[in-house]
Amino acid sequence: MTTLPEQLKELHSRMPERVAVYLQFSGAEDAVLTYDQLLRGASAYAQTLSREGIRPGEVVVLILQHGKEVVYAFWGAILHGAIPSIMPFLTEKLSPERYRTDLSALISVTRPAAIMTYPNFEAEVRTALQTGDSVRSVIVVDRIVTQSETDFESLKGFQQRPKDIVLLQHSSGTTGLQKGVALSHQAVFNQLNSYGKSLAIREEDVIVSWLPLYHDMGLIAGFLLPILSGIPLVLMSPFDWVRAPYKLLQSISVYRGSLTWLPNFAYNFCAQKIRDRHIEGVDLASLRAVINCSEPVRWESHVAFYERFKDHGLKLESLQTSYAMAENVFGVTQSRLGSVPVVEEIDREAFMGQRVAKSPMDGHPSMKMMSSGQPLENVMIKVVDEDGNSLPESVIGELAIQSDCMLTGYFNRPDLTERVFKDGWYLTGDYGYLSKGEVFVSGRKKDMIIVGGKNIYPQDLESLTYEVPGVRAGRSVAFGLFSDIQGTEDVVIIAEVDSEDGEEQQRVADAIRVHVTKNSAIALRHVKVVGPKWIVKTSSGKTARAANKEKFLSELQ
Amino acid sequence: MTDTTISMIEQYIATQVLKQPNRRIGAEEPLLSSGLIDSFNLMDLALFVEDTFGVRIEDTELNANTFDSLTQLAALIESRK
Repeated sequence: MTTLPEQLKELHSRMPERVAVYLQFSGAEDAVLTYDQLLRGASAYAQTLSREGIRPGEVVVLILQHGKEVVYAFWGAILHGAIPSIMPFLTEKLSPERYRTDLSALISVTRPAAIMTYPNFEAEVRTALQTGDSVRSVIVVDRIVTQSETDFESLKGFQQRPKDIVLLQHSSGTTGLQKGVALSHQAVFNQLNSYGKSLAIREEDVIVSWLPLYHDMGLIAGFLLPILSGIPLVLMSPFDWVRAPYKLLQSISVYRGSLTWLPNFAYNFCAQKIRDRHIEGVDLASLRAVINCSEPVRWESHVAFYERFKDHGLKLESLQTSYAMAENVFGVTQSRLGSVPVVEEIDREAFMGQRVAKSPMDGHPSMKMMSSGQPLENVMIKVVDEDGNSLPESVIGELAIQSDCMLTGYFNRPDLTERVFKDGWYLTGDYGYLSKGEVFVSGRKKDMIIVGGKNIYPQDLESLTYEVPGVRAGRSVAFGLFSDIQGTEDVVIIAEVDSEDGEEQQRVADAIRVHVTKNSAIALRHVKVVGPKWIVKTSSGKTARAANKEKFLSELQ
Repeated sequence: MTDTTISMIEQYIATQVLKQPNRRIGAEEPLLSSGLIDSFNLMDLALFVEDTFGVRIEDTELNANTFDSLTQLAALIESRK
């Protein structure tokens, strides 16, 4: 068993001049980082942390955008034995005040010793700090100079043991930032070994990714997996990709990319938005796998993507699926490479009513379920009922998992850690069923909304609506609504006001739209403002999100 | 001409993006910087503009510096016709 610094050192000694990362930029040449450059850059960051008095085992928050700096800072923290955590950067869509609140929320629970950022963002970071908090140093990265060679002897990360925590992963929003998934060196390697095996990772592979590094799919599949496996990574910024999704396909063509990961919405997005003029001559035949992961997988999305790009060498059997979560480092299942994921046609009524997946009765409406694949070799999955009893094949229940790559715990939150385990099984909060060894994910127990692979806690959005004049606390509800066109969920907010006046309600709806978007960076699809007593409450006075969703849908018809 | 352009884009945003057909959008109302239109919808808007008015908008131009209101977008379209 090894550690991340040891593995990096081993790769460096074997092939110092091999390219680790091609960093792509809009309107500029790609920057190339070999293992030698990566290590020299990162060790300069590690020395800086050491000089600033940051100790191994302490958390370092990275507030950096796509670029060399975030690569060096992440590995620099690890080479120093500190624990990096990448925080999303402030975008033009989010209000600076909310960003400060989110950062404070992260600091209060995670208690980082240092924050690394750009010089022009230092003042912003300092406004989120308070006397007596854990942050001893705000490190500005432009003053760090890459070293001429790596001095392995001086790097404290080599004293790390496999069971020590190596990194933290957070999901977004105030709630997500207070819940850092802590992972050990050992868990990361157990994951990379078993996941790498299911993908039959080989030396000729090239991974192409546009995914953000503060998200598990980006950090593990689109960063750690290639770098620690010694295969090149072509990395672009998520902001560039969303404006120009064709660039992913161009990069795959240019670099002969063999593996890439996409959330389900991206299949629809690419199929609908990419223009012919942008992909002339693009060849996708090098792709071994395009892996659909991090939100519910749809067969229809695969078909749309295949139909759009089949004339560019895309093979139908390259479209794959996986079920993954940060708590298991990343992958839990993977479909079998080289063949199309299993698709089952099941009876819609039996699925909805009896919570069973079975063949449709003659003439009954059916629905297509696409498998997320089979459990990785180090993962066991069972389906359980409310009391934790195992359920038989094809019966829908909560998915529970066991593996040797689970989280060490939620950082500084033993209370939360204890709640998610039952008799040694991690309860995922996802519903699904097993059929002939395949895992089908069908929904969620938690009210979490997933938009484009990003997890959103509805209570964060509801809290924001209460800040809009006219909306009272406890009188709004947020939920997700799956859109076949977008291939992901649309966000819906319903809020009650005292007035029955249509114009006044419209005014409040506009105010909610602007305020929530500014403070969450989530665009709202439907904002419905209603008069008193519209919202359905449970007997205990809590908002029943599912009941309100049903009522909303019935009024749409 | 510009008025027609503006009202066509306004109608598109109200019905397709905001899903509020009766919603009026002021000619100077900020669209991007206010968060009314997010990056995914912006892409749709650009495609709508390209198809409807026969002009090109490059992906590097999809930001609030190029246009942030109906008036600015209409001016951009006119300048490219």
